[in-house]
Amino acid sequence: MKKYPGEYLVMVEGSIPTGNEAYCCIGGKSALQILTDAVKNAKAVVAWGNCASAGCVQAASPNPTDAKPVHKVISGKPVINVQGCPPIAAVMAGVVVHILTFDRIPQLDGMNRPKAFYSRRVHDTCYRRPNFDAGLFVDSFDDEGAKRGYCLYKMGCKGPVTYNSCGIIKWNDGVSYPIQSGHPCIGCSEDGFWDNGPFYQHLPGVAGFGIETTADKIGLGLGIATAAGIATHAIVTNIRKHKEIVNEPAEGSVSDNHEKS
Amino acid sequence: MNRLRVQLVITTKNLKTMAQRIVIDPITRIEGHLRVEIEVNGGKITDAYSAGTMVRGIETILKGRDPRDAWAFVGRVCGVCTSTHSLTSVRTVENALGISIPPNAELIRNLMATALYIQDHVVHFYVLHALDWVDVVSALKANPSEASKIAQSISSWPKSSTGYFTDVQNRVKKFVESGQLGIFANGYWGHPAYKLPPEVNLIAVAHYLEALDWQKELVKVHTVFGGKNPHPNFLVGGIPCSLNIDEANAINAERLAFVGTLFENAKTFVDQVYIPDLLAIASFYKSDWGAIGGGLKNYLSFGDFPTNGYSNPAGFKMPRGVILDRDISKVLEVKLDEPEQIQEYVNNSWYEYSKGDQAGLHPWEGETKLNYTGPTPPYDYLDVSKKYSWVKTPRWKGHPMEVGPLSRMLVGYASGRPDYKEVIEYALKTLDVPVAALFSTLGRTAARGLETKLTTVWALEFYHQLLDNIKNGDTRTMNNEKWLPESWPKECKGIGMTEAPRGALSHFIVIEDQKIKNYQLVVPTTWNASPRDPQGQRSAFEESLIGTPVADAKLPLEVIRTIHSFDPCLACAVHVYDENGTHIHNLKTY
Repeated sequence: MKKYPGEYLVMVEGSIPTGNEAYCCIGGKSALQILTDAVKNAKAVVAWGNCASAGCVQAASPNPTDAKPVHKVISGKPVINVQGCPPIAAVMAGVVVHILTFDRIPQLDGMNRPKAFYSRRVHDTCYRRPNFDAGLFVDSFDDEGAKRGYCLYKMGCKGPVTYNSCGIIKWNDGVSYPIQSGHPCIGCSEDGFWDNGPFYQHLPGVAGFGIETTADKIGLGLGIATAAGIATHAIVTNIRKHKEIVNEPAEGSVSDNHEKS
Repeated sequence: MNRLRVQLVITTKNLKTMAQRIVIDPITRIEGHLRVEIEVNGGKITDAYSAGTMVRGIETILKGRDPRDAWAFVGRVCGVCTSTHSLTSVRTVENALGISIPPNAELIRNLMATALYIQDHVVHFYVLHALDWVDVVSALKANPSEASKIAQSISSWPKSSTGYFTDVQNRVKKFVESGQLGIFANGYWGHPAYKLPPEVNLIAVAHYLEALDWQKELVKVHTVFGGKNPHPNFLVGGIPCSLNIDEANAINAERLAFVGTLFENAKTFVDQVYIPDLLAIASFYKSDWGAIGGGLKNYLSFGDFPTNGYSNPAGFKMPRGVILDRDISKVLEVKLDEPEQIQEYVNNSWYEYSKGDQAGLHPWEGETKLNYTGPTPPYDYLDVSKKYSWVKTPRWKGHPMEVGPLSRMLVGYASGRPDYKEVIEYALKTLDVPVAALFSTLGRTAARGLETKLTTVWALEFYHQLLDNIKNGDTRTMNNEKWLPESWPKECKGIGMTEAPRGALSHFIVIEDQKIKNYQLVVPTTWNASPRDPQGQRSAFEESLIGTPVADAKLPLEVIRTIHSFDPCLACAVHVYDENGTHIHNLKTY
């Protein structure tokens, strides 16, 4: 830090307790003191994960240590919020590579998240989206819909309100992501997701079934009418599919047999 | 965490007694925030204090929430032993609500847990612990073709040619010459406590680099079944993924074969790299380090890896039990719902109990009220005559207990399990040391490796059992009978017990009106790193350091060698420090 003032990046993981600085001490100094010293001559700060960018689990209600994210305890330096609990490893590497390759900080959105990785919602890039649009949902874990990989909206999926690259880059060299492995998205890259209602309670009123748009693309009235029309279609499709599923004759494979338990 | 060394060493000399007090903070190459302080007299440690310097209050945060969400919160206690708290949590809630999970869910949970064990232990040995035994700079003096001969004599691992070791050596040389030592900065290179010949150092450094690459593969087991790593997803009542071998969008043959390959490769790495390196290194250190760092004489294991139901501990691959006073002829029973079997004290911890400071509480009555009474930071020292840590002190029937791989291996051995007997006797014979050598830093280190070897075998057994179940037509992964809160009793309590990689882990829940009324975690490192109890008994870390020789007070390699043998995970919490010194001298070795 002494050798390259103004030239170095400070990379932070973890949030900063402010209720009593002694809630986190290293080498006898508080986390707040260490961070304040480190960023003094920094070029910019990268806040890794929701702890550093949004407070995360320790800041969940009632936040016993008054834990705060980096941008709420320092000022005067650009802070890049790389969100997620944790962020996808390839995203973290991607941010560093972007800075080194293009010699600039990636373009940030209104919450200072790199657009390169946080410009799209999970809902927009999820491979199960066609199921949502067609009204094909899992009703309970490991039911027939789950065994076919239907949409997890009714199980509480927060994909419609979560910005991240899980549907694109996926996790651990693209092996899978929560929805693909059968669990609804819990929204782990959004601020305050721990307090946004129980994980298994589904989001109210997600505009739906194919009309997911901003006001400047389609007029509100037209949007509603179209949505209603598509909603009706989707409901009819859902009923038809449901009938098919329930009445479907066994294909001779024992794994299709519900009754075994 | 991968930084080799960032340490602040404070030395005080008490002119009257010629004792030296040394503070090491932060301890690096562990998880979390730990401070250790020792008193050195005549070249040996005569007293030690261990302290956790961070707290978050997760137990408080859980109050009032849906019990089905708890696994996600507690998973975030730690990203190193990721998944283990989540597993314990779902077991706790299932125990409270009386839910039993389908056999495949149990197998998949076992697969995720064994994947964690194997990855975690290998990473610990190479990335966290090895540099206490291996001198990286000495590796630069090695003769690569000699190294090749040695490597090929101890293992059939293919990466062992002279050319390979020359490449590794050159890579490290370039690194060192660049001046930016990175992860190898600030090591105690050249310390007299290093005993390995340069060629063995070179082999170990090569494998360190290989292990870094290897470890990110096995965690993909979590990704397949749990969607991501770190922090895969769990479910009260089963596991979230669905098995369907005739469906494109579910776990089918491709996913299952991928998992099988990951475990096969892991077993090969453990058998051909980790175990041979461990035994080779141990052979150079056994004469002294087979008798240093033993510490406590009591060992606790909750047992784990069910084979016919979590409620049948007799069927666990790792048996449950307690050994007292190193008496391996007797294994005592563990029943955590009995009050005296687990009590937590805060007489030396920064919390307030409504019953006062000397009280012990069973976790079902547990309280977490933060009350910091230490010095305002920045501080040079804490006052050990008062409360000095964020870690609570748990006791089993009043006894301090060690938990972790050594405890598990001893309980397994003492329980007469043939697979335990086989690997332990193989190791003792190869090294030509008696059973007593297990009770040491080196013994603890060896136990971790031997346990990993056993785990790779069990993982493949679980895997093949899963395939058999599917073949026989059972693909259930979830029991939904008590999913809805309306089906729960008004009030109930539960305990979840797991053997996490670092030791015995337990969660305690009280559910009232469908919400969490109380939730307490008693974590392995809580047992090991805690401050003294009201009887003045030290816990495992502190006790293990007594009697350890220290060659150079400014380079306390011997201290971290023993502390690292426990594989501390402090996000679960810790700290050590000194009483009043007449003179305090700050040494910064950043």
